[in-house]
Amino acid sequence: MNDRKDKFCSRMEQIPPSGIRKFFELCIGHDDIISLGVGEPDFPTPWVIREEAFYHLEKGHTSYTSNWGLIELREEISKYLKKYNLHYDAQTEILPTVGASEGLDLVLRSILNPGDEIIVCEPCYVSYQPLSVLCEANVIHLDTSKTNFVPTAESIESVITPKTKAIMFCSPSNPTGRMIPYEELKKIADVIKKHKIWCLSDEIYCELVYDNQKHISIAEFDGMKDYTIIFNGFSKSFAMTGWRIGYIAAPHDLLVLCCKLHAYNSICPPIFSQYAAAEGLRSAWSEVEKMRISYQQRRNLMHSAFIEMGLPCVEPEGAFYMFPDIRPTGMTSEEFATELIQKHNVAVVPGTCFGSGGEGFIRCCYATDVNKIKIAMARIGEMVKEKLNK
Amino acid sequence: MEEILDLLKQNARLSIEDIAAMTKKTPDEVSAIIKKLEDDGVILKYVAIVNPEKDKVAQEKVLAEIQIQVQPQREHGFDAIADRIYRFPQVKSLYLMSGGYDLKVLIEGDNLKDVALFVSEKLSTLEGVRSTKTNFVLKTYKENDIVYVENERDRREGVQA
Repeated sequence: MNDRKDKFCSRMEQIPPSGIRKFFELCIGHDDIISLGVGEPDFPTPWVIREEAFYHLEKGHTSYTSNWGLIELREEISKYLKKYNLHYDAQTEILPTVGASEGLDLVLRSILNPGDEIIVCEPCYVSYQPLSVLCEANVIHLDTSKTNFVPTAESIESVITPKTKAIMFCSPSNPTGRMIPYEELKKIADVIKKHKIWCLSDEIYCELVYDNQKHISIAEFDGMKDYTIIFNGFSKSFAMTGWRIGYIAAPHDLLVLCCKLHAYNSICPPIFSQYAAAEGLRSAWSEVEKMRISYQQRRNLMHSAFIEMGLPCVEPEGAFYMFPDIRPTGMTSEEFATELIQKHNVAVVPGTCFGSGGEGFIRCCYATDVNKIKIAMARIGEMVKEKLNK
Repeated sequence: MEEILDLLKQNARLSIEDIAAMTKKTPDEVSAIIKKLEDDGVILKYVAIVNPEKDKVAQEKVLAEIQIQVQPQREHGFDAIADRIYRFPQVKSLYLMSGGYDLKVLIEGDNLKDVALFVSEKLSTLEGVRSTKTNFVLKTYKENDIVYVENERDRREGVQA
């Protein structure tokens, strides 16, 4: 038996397992549980995209691609980004990755030295912090709950120190669905340029924006391209989570480092995923729009239900999550989510899984069948009523 | 209005309250819009879609597509003969086509003989019908956007990032 004390990397002990996983395990084996805990579309990938993958598999296109990915895909991404007033060169400023997740790991390891500080706007996606910790960076948790989950330039500047290397946020946000408004984003851009820090902008939900609003990338502001690293991908907007295909758009000198690491750890995303993603950008837009409208309708349905049951909830502008305030029940997020799943058969994710500022909130995904949303909301309403009447 | 119509086309049993919540309108507004759609004949009726592969009665039925070439009539074109055809209850659908023939008729009958008799006695004998060609449907995979041959199932794992 290997009983050597230091047989594992000590840094791995510093990162907790994803809190979301625990709730997933509570769901196993209970068929009657309605899960609002998922983080992915409930649509299959549009057929035109799947069909493109078949074509390339049939043709025997099953090799590696260049570490930089297929130029065909990068050219489509470059064209697509123009929609957001972004100009990225297909040859040198775009790197397809195995999901945006790989991209994040590549970038963090390419910019962070031990002891550097990275400001993370929280609550946020579960991987930002652990991946930063593996780089031995100090994570500065910026709690955005006081400002309705929108980070402000002022709050960001208040935590900047000479060691600050980067700031990271996600807009539209997982888990809150909030978007940073244009004016605030512009001010944040000024702070970033003033202090010369990297801006890690997770824009994976940029196509899922509702009520005629439009996503704005911070990279579109004057001079910001030099400081911004855009993470995007096909998982959410094109319902392609299982294909593992995303990309980084960033300055070339940074991408050269990222690509070096990418060549060692994954080589390239699957070739048929790359071809399929390119086809998505060419011809799946009507499908993307159909899905967006469907999410918007379900967002409206879920939001009105939370308001009706007396839980405050800001109407999210994007993504497919809602982040209602459960503090009126007097319970913690964890207590609420645990009782909800055990007694009422609805799975949600406690806000605390997403870092500071998440206590008192739960994340509910509305990329779920309308009838299931209705039943789930009735069950949540029942429990909330019980608690409010106490 | 289009949004409400789209919702009903997907699920006609959505309640007024749910449609109102989903489209950010009041229930009264939604009721008024649906009433107008009904009054204007945009919405004709609400029906159940039955999977013919599962329903015992439908399973027994025979479906055929008849391609008909006709002689169009002066002043009436194809409409007069079409009018005489679609009034038969056996006719499920009728289309005027471009290409090698003129009318496409979908017929449902209790058995093969039933359909054959209908074609030879009723359709072929109509004045203006020059020829008919009968093709039997062997299996329905998809009809009006509905796929009959597979069950949709949520394959996602319970709780994820």
